[in-house]
Amino acid sequence: MTAIFWKEMADHLGRRRFLLTFLLILFGFLWGMFILFREVQGSGVSTGEFLFLSLFTNSSGVLPPVLFYLGFFGPLVGIALGFDAINSERTQGTLAKLLSQPIHRDAVFNGKFLAGLTTLGIVLTAIVLSIVGMGMFVMGYAPQGEEIIRIVGFSIVTVVYLAFWLAMAMTCSIFFRNAVTSALVSLGLWLMATFLIALLIAPALAELAVPEVSDLTQQVSRESWQLWISRISPSQLFNEAAQILLNPEARFTGVLSAERASQLMRVQATPISAGQSLQLVWPHIVVVFSMVAALIGVSYTKFLREEIRS
Amino acid sequence: MAPLVETSSLTKHYGSIKAVDGLNLKMNPGEVYGFLGPNGSGKSTTILMLLGMTEPTSGTVSVAGHDPTRDPTAVKRQVGYLPEAVGFYPDLTGRRNLLYTAELNGISKSDAEHKVEEVLHMVQLEEAGHRPAGQYSRGMRQRLGLADVLLKEPKLVILDDPTLGLDPAGIQWLLGLIEEMAKQKGIAVFLSSHQLHEVQRICDRVGIMSRGKMVLEGTVSDLTAAQESGGYEVYLEVEKSSKSLIGALSEIKSVKNVNANKTKITISGTEDCRHQVSTIVFEQKVRMLELRTSNRSLEEIYLRYFQEPADGEG
Ligand SMILES: Nc1ncnc2c1ncn2[C@@H]1O[C@H](COP(=O)(O)OP(=O)(O)OP(=O)(O)O)[C@@H](O)[C@H]1O
Ligand SMILES: [Mg+2]
Repeated sequence: MTAIFWKEMADHLGRRRFLLTFLLILFGFLWGMFILFREVQGSGVSTGEFLFLSLFTNSSGVLPPVLFYLGFFGPLVGIALGFDAINSERTQGTLAKLLSQPIHRDAVFNGKFLAGLTTLGIVLTAIVLSIVGMGMFVMGYAPQGEEIIRIVGFSIVTVVYLAFWLAMAMTCSIFFRNAVTSALVSLGLWLMATFLIALLIAPALAELAVPEVSDLTQQVSRESWQLWISRISPSQLFNEAAQILLNPEARFTGVLSAERASQLMRVQATPISAGQSLQLVWPHIVVVFSMVAALIGVSYTKFLREEIRS
Repeated sequence: MAPLVETSSLTKHYGSIKAVDGLNLKMNPGEVYGFLGPNGSGKSTTILMLLGMTEPTSGTVSVAGHDPTRDPTAVKRQVGYLPEAVGFYPDLTGRRNLLYTAELNGISKSDAEHKVEEVLHMVQLEEAGHRPAGQYSRGMRQRLGLADVLLKEPKLVILDDPTLGLDPAGIQWLLGLIEEMAKQKGIAVFLSSHQLHEVQRICDRVGIMSRGKMVLEGTVSDLTAAQESGGYEVYLEVEKSSKSLIGALSEIKSVKNVNANKTKITISGTEDCRHQVSTIVFEQKVRMLELRTSNRSLEEIYLRYFQEPADGEG
């Protein structure tokens, strides 16, 4: 498996996808810089003690927050690294040759998956470190314990989320022999998870479940229906988890927007500890993680017993 | 000597199609075995089962003492396989492609380097080895494929239609190489093909497949002899055939059977009856185009089984 891993790493970081990974890091860095710059230039230290966290969550007026950048483009990179993992080997005629070597079939899948994941990890780490590093340079002090835990936690959540998209794209690459089909299906699912479920499907189903909203209890019940339905999308889970980890003030999951939150429940604006936040997002991480495991399971059952004709 | 490859009642169904049907096959170490058959006769399917790349519907396989269905890795350690349409990573050089295979086979870096040089030298790709494999011609790809297969120093190489798409010179060259490799290194070769001539030349033994079944097996000379032991065949072509001509030919004492296909007539009997045939033709005032004893090459045997195309082949 190590041989496959290193070959795939060389593909991702070397010639083949170098530009993709490089540009992604560069843009992430510039994005962060832009926000940092506005922050320093503007109203000074805005979010008080959690300045490093605000580098990820604050928008600059022009640009949405870095968090958005990662949550939006990250999955696309995951898909880009995975959508042709198996089917390109098939069309090149290298799959039969590869599988006739004395290796287990799952090693092919695992090697490719781990290489993709490592690449995503490297890209993410590079972006986060460069933003935090520049922040330190400009502001002249380092993030404190709490902030470090939150940033690391956020990075882990992001990696798990991106692993979902990598696994999803690789599963498509097993099921669809044509790379274009595989890419389109992956992108379709991404579109659905990122926008359609939260904006269309969940509200529509919630309306079906709670057709009338005349008082506050009904309103709350519809909102919670909507929330629970939209949680079938890993994007929703990621967004919730990221918000909680990066906003020490956020005390519960399931806040859709600030107005709604204050409308429905009373928010105490005192920060909670990083440990408490981690506890809040633990279910989110576990669920996304099991989604990844399920995808890998599906890929295994299809790929390990499949007949390979050239 | 234990057979290197042995299958018994090996069967593979795809829905209602019987791709391989009760195949019994035995191959000895060091042997060059030609696996012949028309398109869709089940050659590739058999090969996939030998490598554990598809599961048999029923029957057993043993390759180098292992069951490929249960322990494919053990088989793959000792068997090199050149797939029907072999491909390489197009942006890696030929050399890098081979180094990757070496790595997958657990060959150490230092060993790999000189082994790769050695096999590249064998297939005469030392120069081209520096170029990306995506630029290779069909013939070069097949040669690189052969080099790739030799890297792991196999006991047996399985080549699925290695001459497909090569020009006659390329075919000769590749076959020469296969023969050399078999003789020099004592590697057994299992070679599928529908190019008969080549098989005749380099194979110790051939098996002919038709619709998933082995219809003939033996050494080339055995097979030819088996066909001839039945008697003698005379081949006649006339401008216009007629019932009375066929009737008269059947009357010849030594003749057992007359088979007419329009103007082409095959007369089989116990001895050479060309003399009588020419007399009859002369008497009947038919214009004769050709008369010869049919010297049955393997090709004719082969054609016999190739006359009806196998089912289900598009
Ligand atoms: N995946 C499949 N599903 C259904 N039928 C199949 C499948 N693969 C092969 N077949 C059928 O099995 C039969 C044997 O195919 P196979 O590829 O073994 O033939 P072959 O002898 O290798 O032919 P060729 O000389 O064209 O390579 C054919 O009739 C083919 O249509
Ligand atoms: Mg075939």
